[in-house]
Amino acid sequence: MRVELQDIHKVFGLVHANRGISLILEPGSIYAVLGENGAGKSTLMKILSGFQKPTSGTILLDGKPAIFETPIDALQRGVGMVYQDPADFPPLRVVENHLLAYDTKFQLAFTAAADTLHTYAQRFNFHIDPQVHVDSMTLGERQQMEVLRLLALGADLLILDEPTTGISAEQKEALFNTIRRLAYEDQKTIVLVSHKLEEVLELCSEVFVLRQGELAGSLKLPATANDLVKLMFGQETERTERSPIDAGKSVLTLAHASFGDRRLTCESIDLSLRESEVVGLAGLEGSGQGLLLRAAAGLIPLKEGKLTLDDLPVEGKRSPFFWMPWVAGLFFLIRLVMLMIGRVSGAIVGLALLGGIAVAAILSATIWLISEILIVWTSESAYHQFQKRGGAFVPAGRLEEGLVPNLTLTEHMALVTPDHQFTVHWDRAETSIKELIQRYNIIGRPNSLVNELSGGNQQRTMLALLRNPLRLVLLEHPTRGLDITSANWIWDLFQERRLEGTAILFMSADLDELRERSDRIAVFSGGEMVGLVDANEITVEDLGHMIGGQRA
Amino acid sequence: MSDSDLIKILASILAQSAPLMLAITGETITERVGVINLSIDGSMLISAMTGFVVALNAGQALTAAGIPGDTLPILAGFAAAALIGALAALLVAWGSIRLKQDQVAVGFVLTLLLADMANFLGQNFTHIPGPSVAHTPIPILKDIPILGPLFFDHDLLIYSTLLIVASAWWWLYRTQPGLQLRGVGERPQSAFVRGVPVNRLRYLYTAVGGALVGLSGAAFSLDIKLGWSDNHILGIGWIALAIVIFGGWHPVRGAAGALLFGLTKYIATVLQQSFPQVPVVLFNALQWLLMMGVLLMVGSDISKRLVSIAPEALQGPLSRMLRVAPPEGLGQAFLED
Amino acid sequence: MNTRTFLQKIWPSVPILLAALVITLLLLIVSDNSPLVTYEALWTGSFGSADRTLSTLAFWVPLLLCSTGLLVTFTAGLWNIGVEGQMVMGAIGASWIALRLSAANPAIPGWIIIPVELLTAMGLGALWAALAAVLKIRGGVHEIFGGVALNSLAIIFTNYLISGPWQPPEGGSFRGTQPFPQQALLPLLDPSRFSPLSLGLALLALLAVVLTLRGTHWGLRLKALGKNLRGAFILGVSSEREAILAMMFCGALAGLAGSVRVLSWFDSLRQSISGGIGFLAILIVLLAGMRPLWSLFIALVFSALLNGGTIVQLRTQLHSSLSGIIQGTLVLFVLLFGDFDRLFGPNQPQSEVMEVADE
Repeated sequence: MRVELQDIHKVFGLVHANRGISLILEPGSIYAVLGENGAGKSTLMKILSGFQKPTSGTILLDGKPAIFETPIDALQRGVGMVYQDPADFPPLRVVENHLLAYDTKFQLAFTAAADTLHTYAQRFNFHIDPQVHVDSMTLGERQQMEVLRLLALGADLLILDEPTTGISAEQKEALFNTIRRLAYEDQKTIVLVSHKLEEVLELCSEVFVLRQGELAGSLKLPATANDLVKLMFGQETERTERSPIDAGKSVLTLAHASFGDRRLTCESIDLSLRESEVVGLAGLEGSGQGLLLRAAAGLIPLKEGKLTLDDLPVEGKRSPFFWMPWVAGLFFLIRLVMLMIGRVSGAIVGLALLGGIAVAAILSATIWLISEILIVWTSESAYHQFQKRGGAFVPAGRLEEGLVPNLTLTEHMALVTPDHQFTVHWDRAETSIKELIQRYNIIGRPNSLVNELSGGNQQRTMLALLRNPLRLVLLEHPTRGLDITSANWIWDLFQERRLEGTAILFMSADLDELRERSDRIAVFSGGEMVGLVDANEITVEDLGHMIGGQRA
Repeated sequence: MSDSDLIKILASILAQSAPLMLAITGETITERVGVINLSIDGSMLISAMTGFVVALNAGQALTAAGIPGDTLPILAGFAAAALIGALAALLVAWGSIRLKQDQVAVGFVLTLLLADMANFLGQNFTHIPGPSVAHTPIPILKDIPILGPLFFDHDLLIYSTLLIVASAWWWLYRTQPGLQLRGVGERPQSAFVRGVPVNRLRYLYTAVGGALVGLSGAAFSLDIKLGWSDNHILGIGWIALAIVIFGGWHPVRGAAGALLFGLTKYIATVLQQSFPQVPVVLFNALQWLLMMGVLLMVGSDISKRLVSIAPEALQGPLSRMLRVAPPEGLGQAFLED
Repeated sequence: MNTRTFLQKIWPSVPILLAALVITLLLLIVSDNSPLVTYEALWTGSFGSADRTLSTLAFWVPLLLCSTGLLVTFTAGLWNIGVEGQMVMGAIGASWIALRLSAANPAIPGWIIIPVELLTAMGLGALWAALAAVLKIRGGVHEIFGGVALNSLAIIFTNYLISGPWQPPEGGSFRGTQPFPQQALLPLLDPSRFSPLSLGLALLALLAVVLTLRGTHWGLRLKALGKNLRGAFILGVSSEREAILAMMFCGALAGLAGSVRVLSWFDSLRQSISGGIGFLAILIVLLAGMRPLWSLFIALVFSALLNGGTIVQLRTQLHSSLSGIIQGTLVLFVLLFGDFDRLFGPNQPQSEVMEVADE
C-alpha cells in the first residue's frame, strides 16, 4: 500500500506540533522518522494511526483520501501501530489479549486463536505461549505479540514507536529480521520512530527528519551517521564528557541482599558505591534493576542481607513498643484460661463465660489498638531514615511519585524543608524557591502548580528539591523523555554534585547513556546481577548481549 | 439432625442469600468495567420500596380491573425496581464520565440521598401486607435426591438468580462482549486503541449492574424480607460491596461469598435461639464484624501467612484464590481523544 | 471583592439552588403536600421564635464540630465516613462519666466533672477513629468500609448499653438511660437546650483548624498527603503517622460533638444520639468544597433545615427525611455541576496541552 501524507498540520492550543508535513511511503520499504523530543514525530504517527485527527491536511491510501476517526478505522484500512507501551492487557492471558476486539464472533474461540498465534509465531521464530498472562512477559515479547496481532488483522503499514527501547539484543535481532522479512518478502510498509542512529542506519532505507514540527529533510540510506546528525540538529553535537574522579570512601553497601515483589525475586545481591562514584544499572524493564534501586532506598524491605549507608544500617527504626501487640494477645489468653478455670471449678456458669470472653476480647482489642498507634507513632520507615542520612530517591513517575500535583513550587519547598518549627515561614520558602528557579532554569513561578509545568521542568524541579548535603542519589530513568540538550544539562548538574562527593546510582534503558555516564555498570537479567563491569571497557554490543542473559 | 433437615437448612440459606447474590453480581459487573458504584446501599433501599409499592398498587389496580393474581404485579414491581437501580447507577456513571467528577463522592452522597428518598416516598406503605413471589418447585427435578430439594424446590426468583450468576460468569469469561468488558476495566486506553467504545460500554454495563442491584432490592421486599418499613434493608448494600472485594471481582466467587454470609447469619440465628438471654442487638453486630474480618483477610497479610502454612503444592492456587487484584482501570475516568 | 466579582463567583450556585428547590417541590407535590405550608413551617420551625432560634443554634454546634474535624481528614484525602460512629462513642464516653462518676458522687462540682466528660468523649472518639485508621494501614481495609462497619457497631453498642447495663432502674424502656445529674450537664441558656460554652469550643476548634491548615507544617503535610500519597511519602512525609493523627484529630472533635449532644441537646444517652449529624457534616464539607468559612455558614443553614423539619413533621405529618432529601439533592447537584466550565466549557483539560507540547 502506498501512503501519502499531504500538508499535515496539528495544533494543540497554542502549540503547533506539526506544520505542514508531506511525505510518501512506498510498499516494500523501511522508513525511519527521526527527531528530538518535541519535534512532532509522535504527533505525526498518532495522526497516521488514527489516534488523533489532523487539524488540516490529507492522508492518501493508494491515492484515495482517507479520514481516520479512531485507531480501528486506520487498522481496517491497513495501518497498524505498535505503541511504546503496547496496547495490550497485562492482567489477561495471551490468548484473551489476542482475541479482544479481534473478530465479531460472539463466543470466544480460544483454540482457533491459539492456532493463529502459533502459526504466525512460528513464521517469525517467536516463542509465545498462549496460556500465560501478559504481565509475566517481557516488553519485547509483548511487542512481538502486538506485531502478530496487527498482522493477523491485516495491517499493510506497520508503525513501530521506539521498538528497541528496553528489549534484549536477541529480541532486537529477531525483531529486525521480522521487519526485513515483512518489508522485502511481504511488501509491507514499515515506519520506525526512533532516536537511535545506529539502528536506523542498520535497518532502514529512507529517513525523514523532523525538527520543530516541520520536515527538516529526508535522506536515502546508506549514508553516514554524521549526515544524519547534521540533518537532525543542524550541526553535530557531542555529549559532554565525564571527567574521571577519584572515588572516596564507601557510601552505600548492599551485602547478600535478597528482595522482591509479586513477580520477581532477586537473591543475594552485592553492590557497593563509593563517594563520587557513578554506577549505572542496565537491564530489560523488570529484570531486577528497578527493585534494586528501591531496595537501596529502603522502599522495599530486604528479605535477607544488609543495607548500610555510611556504615550505618538502614533498616528503619523499630518502635520501642513493638512487643505491645503480643501483650494484647497474652492478656486475652490469660483471661481465657482464667475463665476456663472458673468454668471448671463452677464459679462461672452459663452465659457468664461468653460474656467474659467478649469483655476480654474487647479489652485486648483496645490494648492492641493503642499499641498499634504507639508503634506507628514511634517507628520510622527505612526510606525516611535513608533520607535523613543524606540519601535521595528520584522516581521516574514525576507526577505519580516524585511531586505532589496541585501543590505550588513554594509549597513543595516548604514541604522538603526540615521542620524544626511548628509554623511554616512562607516568605522564607518563597525566597529559597525563587533562587532555585533561577539556578535550575525552571520555567515557572513560585506559585505555579507543579502539574502546570512541562515534563522537563518537572524533572528539574525534582532535582532542585534534593536536600543538601547529599551523600547518595538514586535515579530512575533520569533523562527519559528529554532531548539531548536537557539530558546534558541534567548530567552537568550531577557532575557538580559528584565533585561534592555525592555517589550516584541510576537506571536507564539507554545503553549509550549508561556507558558514557557511569564508572561501573551493573547488568541485570531475570532478577540476577549477571555482571558488574567497568564502563570504559565495555561496548554497547556486549552490554546488549549481557542484558539478554549472557554472563560477563 | 437428619440429612433431610440439613438439606432443608442449606436450601433455606441458598434462598436467603439469593438477593445478596444479585446485588453482588451487579456490582461485580459494574466494577469490572471500571466504575465504582458506591450508591448501592441506598439504591437497594429505594428499589426495594419501589418494587413493593409498584407491585402493591399494580395488584390493587389489576384486581379492580378484574384480573386477580400476583404474578403480573410482581413482575411490574421487579421491572420498576430494575429501572430505578439502573437510573441510579447511570447517574454515577454520568457524573464520572461526562462531568469528570469523583465517583466515590457522587456515589456516597447518592446512597444517603436515595435512602432518605426511599423513606420519604414509602412513608404511607410501611408495615402493610402485599404480594410476594410464589413458591414454584420444578416438577420432576425437585424429586432428585439431595439436589432436588436443594436447588429445585424454590421460587422463580431463586432460579433466575442462579441463572444470572452463571450467565454473568459465561458472559465475562467466554464471550467477546464480556472480554471487551473486562478489557475496558483493565486498560481503557488499550481498549480504545482497539476500537472498543470505552465510555459507551461503561454506561451500558453500569446500567446493567445497577438494574441487577435494583432487582436485588425488590427481591428483598417481595420475597425474603416482605413489605416495607423505614430503612428496611439498610446496610446490606455495604455488605455486598465488601463481598465483591472478597470475591475478587468474580461473579461465582462473589455468589459463594454471599452463601458464606448467609451461613453465618443462619448460625447467628441458631445461637440467638439457644441463648435467649443475650440481648438481640448484639447479634446484629455479627454481620459487621464478619464484614471487617473478610476485608481484613483480603487486605492484610493475614492471608499470606495462612497460605504459607499450607502444603506447598496448594500454596500457588490458594494464594491466587485469596488475593486477586482489582481491575486496573477501576475508578479511573477515561478521556477519549 | 467588589459586588460584580462576588456575583460572578456566586452565580453558578443559583441554578443549583433553584434545581434543588424544584426537586423538593416535585417531591412534595407527588406526596400530596402543600409546598407553601411546608416551607412556612420550615421557617417558623428554625428561626420563627427565640426559642426555635436557640434550638437551631444548639443543633448547629455538633454539626460544626464534626464538619471542622472532617476538614482535616478530607484535606488528608481520607474519607472519614466513621465520623457518625466516633460521635456516638464520644456520647457514650461522656455518658459513662455522667452516669458512673457523677451520679455516684454528687459532691463533685460541675467545673470538674464537665471537663472530665468532654475529655473522655474526645478520647473515645479519637480511639474509634484510630481504629478505622489502623484497620486501613495495617489491614488494608478502606476507610469507607471500616467507617460504615464501625458506625453500625457503635450504634449497636449504644443500644446494648441502653437496653442492658445502663437501663434505667424502672427498667423496660428501650429509649434511653436515666437523666444525668444536673451538675453533669453543660450550662444551658434557659429555657433552651443551647449551651454557649459548646459553641465557644466549636468556634475555637474551627479557628484552630483554619490556622493549622494554612500555616503549619503539619497542615502542609496533610495537604500533600491528600493530593498524592506516594509523592508525599517520597518527599519525606510519614503517611501512616499523619493519617492516624488526622483521623484521631477528627475523631476527638466528633467525640466532643457527641458529648455536646448528650450533655445539652439531651440529658441522657439515647438510641438516636447521632441523629445523622455525622453524615450531614460530610455533606456540608463536600458542599463547602472544604472551605472552612463556607462550612460554618452551610452548617447553620442545614441545622435550620433539620430543626425546622421537626416542626414540619408535626404540622404536616411529613416524614422527617424531607430535610435529608433537600440537603442530599443540594450536595449532589453541587458535586455534579459545581464546576460549570466542565459542563459547558471546552472539553479539553489544560494539562493535555502541556503534555503534548512536551512530548
